[in-house]
Amino acid sequence: MIPAAFDYVRAGSAAEAISLIGEHGEDAKFLAGGMSLLPLMKLRLATPSVLVDLGRVRDLSYVRDAGDHLAIGALTRHRDLETSDLLAKECGVLRAVAAQVGDNQVRHRGTIGGSVAHGDPASDLPAALLALDATFVLQGPGGSRSVGANDFFKGFLETALAPDELLTEIQVRKSGAAGFAYEKFNRRAQDWAIVGALAARVNGGTHVALVNMGAIVLRARAVENALEQGASATDAAREAAVGTDPPSDLNASTEYRTHLAQVLVRRALEAI
Amino acid sequence: MRIGTTVNGAAQDHEVEPRTLLVQYLREACGLTGTKIGCDTSSCGACTVLLDGESVKSCTMLAAQADGAAITTIEGLAQGEKWHPVQTAFHENHGLQCGYCTAGMVLAAVSLLDEIPNPTEQDVRLGLEGNLCRCTGYHNIVKSVLAAAETMRGAK
Repeated sequence: MIPAAFDYVRAGSAAEAISLIGEHGEDAKFLAGGMSLLPLMKLRLATPSVLVDLGRVRDLSYVRDAGDHLAIGALTRHRDLETSDLLAKECGVLRAVAAQVGDNQVRHRGTIGGSVAHGDPASDLPAALLALDATFVLQGPGGSRSVGANDFFKGFLETALAPDELLTEIQVRKSGAAGFAYEKFNRRAQDWAIVGALAARVNGGTHVALVNMGAIVLRARAVENALEQGASATDAAREAAVGTDPPSDLNASTEYRTHLAQVLVRRALEAI
Repeated sequence: MRIGTTVNGAAQDHEVEPRTLLVQYLREACGLTGTKIGCDTSSCGACTVLLDGESVKSCTMLAAQADGAAITTIEGLAQGEKWHPVQTAFHENHGLQCGYCTAGMVLAAVSLLDEIPNPTEQDVRLGLEGNLCRCTGYHNIVKSVLAAAETMRGAK
């Protein structure tokens, strides 16, 4: 399968990338690792007229201690997250979830920013970032703005990013080395989660996020509220599907996903 | 567009369309057909090559993205007549049947052993999750990779 024809330009910096995307109009797309975009282009579900390749924008690949939080460059590869000593110490959950994305080959190419900007409800890292109340830094021609994870994911493959904006940095609070569990349920090791449930102790509370239970990654607020009111893991997990809209597809029916969410949330809560 | 790479130590310079996939570039522009196209959807790993030493699926990468990089395909693994230890281990442990997944499997294993020189069986199974084999049931593949790890540690 070959993508439809497109023009290819390469950016050397974030500023150049933003200027190039502005120049080429709405049908232009940023290309990071390409692990989500290229398969869509091969299936011709995406047919951008121009690709602005970010592969040479090296200064957006980092994990830094920024005092009260960690700053992660949008072009940091999954491989670099899963081997980061700083993440192991200060945000173990992100390192562990990065290690569960796709397979080795995918993690060698795919980036955290690419995964977030793609806005797929079945992907792992967006759910972790939602649970961590991450902040996304978006840079456009007029300057930069920050958007919280809770306001970033808008719909299936839709985010708060404007066509001429580039996600440059992800900021997460320090949540320590432990106190999290990610239950990813799939049929083959490398696959997307049929359903995923992530629980993490954040700021004295327990945050729970769900993968593939609706058009966007979701917080299981009913579970979080039940826990706050003293419910046991078993009782709280019964609320896992409240407010969700799980899809029905070849892998699982809506009913089965509802069941999975409850079981996986219980397991995640019991593990932390 | 003009793409320059180093494939198996030799400089390559070709005019390609921007939409040319790395696997097409290797097979059609460079004439190296050892890299196989399996699923063509980045699931099966048959097209795995090393890009600057790391395993990647060449069906899900543009040749343009590899401009300037060093690529190793299955043809470039042996040193003259001397096989790479992973190739020898696959041969000795019968780590293949039909052979279609083997080039990708071997290169994924080389990358894995570079990252984890002393892997457990679980490390190998997880590390090869991106490579599918429809013949062997994986048992002898895992055995091959563990044997290669031992040989390579001994050689250091």
